[in-house]
Amino acid sequence: MNAEIRQIKTAAEQGLADAFSSVKAKLPGAAAVAAMREKAFATFEARGLPHRRVEEWKYTDLRALMRDAKPLAQPPDAKARAQARQAGNLAGDMDRRRLVFVDGVFVPQLSDLAELEQGLSIRPMAEALAQGDPLVSAHLGKVIETDDVAVALNTAFMGDGAVIRIAAGIVVEHPLHLVFVTTGDRPVSMFARSLVVAERGSRAMLVESYEGPTGVDYQVNSALELVVGDEAHVDHVKLIGEGGDALHISSLMAAVGARARFNDFTFTAGGAAVRNQIFLRLDGEETLARISGASLLKGRQHADTTLVADHAVGRCQSRELFKSVLDGESRGVFQGKIIVRPDAQKTDAKMMTNALLLSETAEADAKPELEIFADDVVCGHGATAGALNEDLLFYLRARGIPPKEAESLLIQAFVGDAVEGIEHAGLREVLMENVAAWLAARG
Amino acid sequence: MSLLEVKNLHVEIDGKKILNGLDLTVEKGKVHAIMGPNGSGKSTLAYVLAGKDDYDVTEGEILFNGENVLEMEPDERAAKGIFLAFQYPIEIPGVATMTFLRTALNAQRKARGEAELSTPDFIKRVRESAAKLEINPDMLKRAVNVGFSGGEKKRAEILQMAMLEPRLAVLDETDSGLDIDALKVVADGVNRLRSPERGFVVITHYQRLLDYIVPDVVHVLSRGRIVKTGGKELALELEASGYAQYAGEAA
Repeated sequence: MNAEIRQIKTAAEQGLADAFSSVKAKLPGAAAVAAMREKAFATFEARGLPHRRVEEWKYTDLRALMRDAKPLAQPPDAKARAQARQAGNLAGDMDRRRLVFVDGVFVPQLSDLAELEQGLSIRPMAEALAQGDPLVSAHLGKVIETDDVAVALNTAFMGDGAVIRIAAGIVVEHPLHLVFVTTGDRPVSMFARSLVVAERGSRAMLVESYEGPTGVDYQVNSALELVVGDEAHVDHVKLIGEGGDALHISSLMAAVGARARFNDFTFTAGGAAVRNQIFLRLDGEETLARISGASLLKGRQHADTTLVADHAVGRCQSRELFKSVLDGESRGVFQGKIIVRPDAQKTDAKMMTNALLLSETAEADAKPELEIFADDVVCGHGATAGALNEDLLFYLRARGIPPKEAESLLIQAFVGDAVEGIEHAGLREVLMENVAAWLAARG
Repeated sequence: MSLLEVKNLHVEIDGKKILNGLDLTVEKGKVHAIMGPNGSGKSTLAYVLAGKDDYDVTEGEILFNGENVLEMEPDERAAKGIFLAFQYPIEIPGVATMTFLRTALNAQRKARGEAELSTPDFIKRVRESAAKLEINPDMLKRAVNVGFSGGEKKRAEILQMAMLEPRLAVLDETDSGLDIDALKVVADGVNRLRSPERGFVVITHYQRLLDYIVPDVVHVLSRGRIVKTGGKELALELEASGYAQYAGEAA
């Protein structure tokens, strides 16, 4: 038998292994949770950090990007909490219920927990893990089964996060905003894990935002498991505004029931390297899922959106639309896979990704895939990459609009096309203001 | 000083000669019609005046109020008062018509050192101009030219002209694709803007438009040069006899 060729661990892999053995006893959760962590860590150990020869990570070589493993963030002290007080502004000042996590730990003093609606329950993940919360036992790690290494690392190290249950038929009036802030001037790593269960016929909007200091190469690995029950209507918006040197990986695992609506939008403007993963499964018929996003990148930023939309049953519609605006030497990646299972007849799925290249040195990579096993379906995908249309620019300039302003108008229109998919008008406006600010900073 | 002086203009696109020593002088307050067969260089002249950079000017000059236009960017030309009504107005998805109009107007005012127009004043002006052009207010809520019919697009061009109040308006085949009713609305819109301070270059293939926008001077363009200049009666003559007699002259 051949000797097994075992890759020598990278510094980051070794660091993660050392960290796991030293902290695992202190991480929240009883025996069942500990076993789950061990199993997840074994997945990582067997595979190592994903690199460019791993198809799903082809364009985002995590092994190369992650030079070392940063120490796990410590619970926030008074100074960290004070720094976090202003956090969450990415979402503007709309009415919402804020749940603030500073350096990965829930801070009730900064959060709005008063007067929860009847049928809405919220508790910190660390507490839920420690106390063996039944919702967690029922769903954690089970919403979408995946052997993705980033998710496995999240499961191994998961600390805090939100556990939210919206009871059947309950309408949550204001958005629930999970604010994740990293503070301090020393690089740390943070593993947040959240679980949201929106039961039959309920309605809610979830916002996640991520921010932290520029000049500190901290690491965020966040995961959200989301169950959208039959006839429920859930909107989920993620705002990635991390500091300019951060490595951010976040994963959404969502299972959606019948006759439901699910709208998902990811806005990426921050971070040095971002990997946004979406694993979606449609489990019930006649559901409409709209998965979209926009990335605005400059300098040497790298952002990768990788999406798997699994039509497990028939008669569902999914719409995927991703836009990226790429300046400088930035790189925007979109990998989207639509799977239509053999019984998923009458599936209607359309996926589109458009990249706008503002410089000669920016790069867009698109890899749309359809795996269709049913024969009575309407599925399509498209991908475009190009510069701003010269004829449009000339038309605007012929009306007296200077070149930068003309470009800005066209870029706003380009991004706006995707932002329009967000149902919350206030948030749409805030996002377009973020786009305008990004364009203004471009000079 | 003349409003516009085009002298010995030679223009190529992708190495192909389009204009061959074109001369044209337009005085303030005058309407000049430029007529000519397809391929004679009419639209090229319009684009070169507006500053489209696909064209290479190999010889000659263009002076606008004595200033060298060829050294100006398209937006600078617009701010100086040159306006091109496009033959094929472009659809700009996602850019609201009102935003576009306000951005253009204020950019021009800023370039001229004038104050920006207040929002109420701006809205009032757009509404008044739109009403005169029989433009439905709903059209203003849509993205620029998106979903507009051919006639609506042309009326939208004239609306832009009315808002921007140029010194020189170049109308490139504004009559194409218009039925007679729409043509009258557009022509009325143009006629309302005629003033002693403003000049027009009306480019058209057919005499029909000139029944409604009556020119002071008519030029015949053939093979990249002006081959004949006359009064408004020249347009009628052309309508009767066609362009065939001019085909050989510039050769």
